[in-house]
Amino acid sequence: MLRLENLSKTYKTGDQALKEIDLEVPEGQVMALIGPSGAGKSTLIRCINRLVEPSGGGAWLKDVELTKLSSRGLRRERRRMGMIFQEYALIERLTVMENVLSGRLGYVGFWRSFLRRYPQQDIDTAFRLLDRVGLLSMADKRADELSGGQRQRVGICRALIQDPDLLLVDEPTASLDPKTSRQIMRLICELCEERQLAAIINIHDVALAQMFVQRVVGLRLGTIEFDGAPGSLTPDVLTMIYGEEDWESTIRPVDDDHGAAAE
Amino acid sequence: MSVELNNVLGTRWRKPPLIQRAWLRRLLWIGFFVYLVAAVATIEVNWLRVYEGLDRGLLFILAFASPDFLSRSTDIWNGMVESIVMTVAASVAGIAISIPIGLGAARNIAPLPVYLICRGIVAISRALQEIIVAILLVAIFGFGPLAGFLTLSFATIGFLSKLLAEDIESMDRVQAEAIKASGSNWLQWINYGVQPQVMPRLIGLSMYRLDINFRESAILGLVGAGGIGATLNTAFDRYEYDTAAAILILIIVIVMALEYISGIIRARVQ
Amino acid sequence: MPVADRNGTRVWRRRTQAQSLFHWAIWLVGTAIFVYCWQMISEATTWFFVWDAPRISADIWTRATPPRWEYVTQLGEPIWDTLNIATLGTIIAICLAVPVAFLAARNTTPSVLFVRPIALLVIVSSRSINSLIWALLLIAIIGPGILSGVMAIAIRSIGFCAKLLYEAIEEIDENQVEAIEATGARPWQVMTYGIVPQILPAFAGIAVFRWDINIRESTVLGLVGAGGIGLQLQASLNVLAWPQVSLILVVILAAVVVSEWVSAKVRGAII
Repeated sequence: MLRLENLSKTYKTGDQALKEIDLEVPEGQVMALIGPSGAGKSTLIRCINRLVEPSGGGAWLKDVELTKLSSRGLRRERRRMGMIFQEYALIERLTVMENVLSGRLGYVGFWRSFLRRYPQQDIDTAFRLLDRVGLLSMADKRADELSGGQRQRVGICRALIQDPDLLLVDEPTASLDPKTSRQIMRLICELCEERQLAAIINIHDVALAQMFVQRVVGLRLGTIEFDGAPGSLTPDVLTMIYGEEDWESTIRPVDDDHGAAAE
Repeated sequence: MSVELNNVLGTRWRKPPLIQRAWLRRLLWIGFFVYLVAAVATIEVNWLRVYEGLDRGLLFILAFASPDFLSRSTDIWNGMVESIVMTVAASVAGIAISIPIGLGAARNIAPLPVYLICRGIVAISRALQEIIVAILLVAIFGFGPLAGFLTLSFATIGFLSKLLAEDIESMDRVQAEAIKASGSNWLQWINYGVQPQVMPRLIGLSMYRLDINFRESAILGLVGAGGIGATLNTAFDRYEYDTAAAILILIIVIVMALEYISGIIRARVQ
Repeated sequence: MPVADRNGTRVWRRRTQAQSLFHWAIWLVGTAIFVYCWQMISEATTWFFVWDAPRISADIWTRATPPRWEYVTQLGEPIWDTLNIATLGTIIAICLAVPVAFLAARNTTPSVLFVRPIALLVIVSSRSINSLIWALLLIAIIGPGILSGVMAIAIRSIGFCAKLLYEAIEEIDENQVEAIEATGARPWQVMTYGIVPQILPAFAGIAVFRWDINIRESTVLGLVGAGGIGLQLQASLNVLAWPQVSLILVVILAAVVVSEWVSAKVRGAII
């Protein structure tokens, strides 16, 4: 469903963040993208919805070539790609409900959004999503009154209300405590399964990734070094991605009880 | 599906208003509009006069395209030099006086009586407009740049002492205590514990005040306290828009230059 | 570390020789400039008047006290005008400053090369020139009166408000903007959802702060004929009615104190 061909990005400073990436994500697959800081994970998912403009190669979502779109067409396609951010990136001074509804901005006109008069259907969907993530009672709270985990749930609702085909998830757990991290990862994966969504999840916590996803891709210095099932992540593979280190204690059997100790 | 969800589905959603009480919200809006109407109504506009003025306005805008620096060049030169001289002298004197007063107006290093006196000086200086001070000082000391110099110095004291005092009050207590703990006397303590912490900001503020003083010096001439203002006023009175435009352009250029220099200096000291 | 060698022992110095020389040079030049400026001022001063100053100020003081309290009844309307000049001027300035600020902020300007310098020029021109001079100019164009005062205050405040506002815009959290862009929002929606909520507190603070300053400035606009209580001040000064002058000064001081109090309260409530 999502296909990247020779996708590359060179920043103005000359840093080559991505070197001719080829990648294909089939429908409904949840994929984790792991790799050290600076490997180009963030750049990769930002190149897909063109928050970062790729400098070469192409990206296709279904049959649409994202990299060739005009800004108008790009806005239309961005609606099909929900994004979840590391520091939640909620609009802090707006209410939870406004934050969720902001996911519909690509669908409603300017004045409707400016006057906060969204179609009733969108409002109902927003309430359903908030109920699904357990935040219905918080709907009229301001986003900066919420805890980290709650904020990330709002971020998830905002991405899902777009009615996307693909989720782009950038380090969803990086600013959360271990327990909340797992809850959020579980929530994202459950929701993807319910809705048959494909997802690319950037994550630096290898054990957490192994626990939830179906496929792991390892990125190092802008190239794909590993692509396979979470079970096949061996110490050798991790050494290849991250460099020399004792990896035995990091990799856990995919098992919740043991996983808790890894944190 | 939970009960609460069933309750809210299908209901309209509105952003919760900033002011919860509906009557208060409406009262504020109505009050605001009533005031606005009343305020606008007090403006008596002589539309004929405004219409006639439009030509002159156009002339003035055109004058900016061809400013006349030459026909009154001696007046402009003398006025500008006087403005700059007043600015520099008043800034130096003002800063020099502000430092002790600023120290005295900081509650965490000054004893209460000193604090109250210094805060009093600051309050008086801040409450009085430069132009009003200038009028009084011209009445007392006679026309000329001395009145302008004193006015600007006085205004600098209020501005700089207040900000310096606030800066000292919010400084890092531990650094200052460490110096005190080494057995220093009061002056050493100020020199080593306080000065390094507030110096960069003091320099930045002084540069900013220099800039303000120059801008203010341009109006002091209106009341006879020296500087470019007198020349400017004459130019307006005689409808010599090209000369006035030349003076305004000079002021803008000098202010821009001062801001540029102070930007460099602030970047260097921080 | 600058260390000097003196008679075979190493002595720590705060600065190297070149550094301290440079330091001294700066102090020397600074002092010379100040002395020169002072001489210029001193030459232009009639020192006879200055030596006479204590007597004159005592004289003015005796004439000005007590203030003519009954005159306060005639000050109601000028005060109302002053308030209106400040408030209307601030409202107009805010409305005009918002677009200028968005054009001047590096992250929202449509063109860094062409539009931004123009916006910055508008800001610096408006800021460089005192409201009294703007008032003089407007009076020469559209005649004396409150309108000139309102416009002078508005023009002077545009630069101030726009400068603070564009600095606030440049400091926003870009992540939030990115998040809104990622939903496929139009540029105007990105602005109203991603940027405006972030700068709203700063905006309100700036507006109230400037209103407070404008109350001060509008009290003196009348000196050049632009309406408000300054007109009375000018009239009283012209006829040397010192008791009235002192009363007006008291009223102005009270207005300044009240407006500062209001502005502090409102800003406290917003933040």
